[in-house]
Amino acid sequence: MDFALTDEQRIIVDMVRRFVREEIVPLEDNLDPDADEVSPEKLAELVAKTKEMGLYGLDTPPEYGGPEIDLVTRCLIAIECSQHRAGLYAPCYYAFGGARQAQLFEATEAQKEKYLYPMLNGEKKVFFGLSEPSGGSDPGRAIQTRAVRDGDHWVLNGTKLWISGADRADYGLLFARTGGPGRGGVTAFIVETEWEGFNVRRVVHTLRSAKYATEIQLENLRVPHENILGEEGGGFAIANDRLSRQRVPYSAECLGVAIKAHQMATEYAKIRETFGAPLSHRQGIQWMLVENEIDIRAARLLVLDAASKADRGEPFRTESAIAKLVASENSFRVVDRSMQIHGGLGVAKDLPLERWFREMRIRRVGEGPSEVQKHVIARDLLNESLR
Amino acid sequence: MPVRMDKPWMPLDEEALKIVASHLGVYQLANAAGEIVYIGVADARTLFGLKGELRKAIAAPPAGATQFRVEVNMAYRTRHAELLQAYQYDHGALPVANTDIDPRMLGCLRPAG
Repeated sequence: MDFALTDEQRIIVDMVRRFVREEIVPLEDNLDPDADEVSPEKLAELVAKTKEMGLYGLDTPPEYGGPEIDLVTRCLIAIECSQHRAGLYAPCYYAFGGARQAQLFEATEAQKEKYLYPMLNGEKKVFFGLSEPSGGSDPGRAIQTRAVRDGDHWVLNGTKLWISGADRADYGLLFARTGGPGRGGVTAFIVETEWEGFNVRRVVHTLRSAKYATEIQLENLRVPHENILGEEGGGFAIANDRLSRQRVPYSAECLGVAIKAHQMATEYAKIRETFGAPLSHRQGIQWMLVENEIDIRAARLLVLDAASKADRGEPFRTESAIAKLVASENSFRVVDRSMQIHGGLGVAKDLPLERWFREMRIRRVGEGPSEVQKHVIARDLLNESLR
Repeated sequence: MPVRMDKPWMPLDEEALKIVASHLGVYQLANAAGEIVYIGVADARTLFGLKGELRKAIAAPPAGATQFRVEVNMAYRTRHAELLQAYQYDHGALPVANTDIDPRMLGCLRPAG
């Protein structure tokens, strides 16, 4: 495998690295260490710059106005974008385009006009409502929210949990059971948050402050039949469609934070003296740095391997699961070791390490926990559906 | 943890402040009638956390505040957002002294009760 960067990739990486260093990192001097957003005016300034760079809307397909980049390049950008305090969950404070609900690309023309294009233009915010209190890793079976047909409408009742940004969204995707048990009984609906019966009941407080989760209660929420996304009973396929692809840059973001933490630990080990010698002279510290380096290199190879397979049009579901598993687990260990090397300073809010530690812990669970990734990998290895 | 803070009010003075430590968290200020006039946060930029923020409020009470209550909370940012949104849902506007909040940065919560 040769992952040498092309000239174009090198230019893009340098450009994004400079943007993070000159525009993003200085911003954080005046923000709370847990901040996850900047003012709309500041965001507009940053967006103007990423548009000038030709890199706005990273996750938007070129036919909808996104940049012409492959998944390897997308990952290289993700690695750079996450190298600041808020970088894991708010990379560059969304200056490269906020969260996109890729599933809306499957919408009808009428739905695209009403919901997709305003989202792509940044005029409207969107949420993704799949998980429920009954579980998020196996939504095909866990979904209990019911949708019952009533003339030209569907009436939805149920609870959604762990839904990011629902309180600030204009509309979103909700998955509800319209048929029997299992994946074939789930349908995707586009719902507007202003509709009666759509209630964001509370913020779910977790280790992370960025992109906080909410709980939604649906109480006789009436959704027009025309707002079904895809086909009735086809919701699971829509939810799953781009999951493998999204997991790869998600893994690359973990890697970016690990690289930065490791860099900080290496520098600190050289200047911090204990018992008359720098930390870097101690074998115990050296080995931690070596383990960091190996964890990062291994994860980088696997992330780029998954991305390049996707770019070549080859099956990459297993590779995507391996990349997510290794990148999140390895990066968590790297941040943990880097904190250890920093001692007391590592756990203080003066440095970003404690935030990365908290958020990286969530990465081992979010977008499919490590155990679910192993389940996916095992299923592909054994070529059968594991129960 | 209930969405709305339901701890008892304490007088906004130095004596009551003795039991407040310099933790990070959120706080509410109320007037003599018990009406919330300000919802604040002691974030990681504050010098002495909740104690420091309340000391400032004692020195210059916003909108006639005479009482306070606090909640030590490391998820201070999300909790602050939640308290502001719950108040906005209940009253249709933010507390009178919360002119430091940009409403565009808040979401729309519809808590039960």
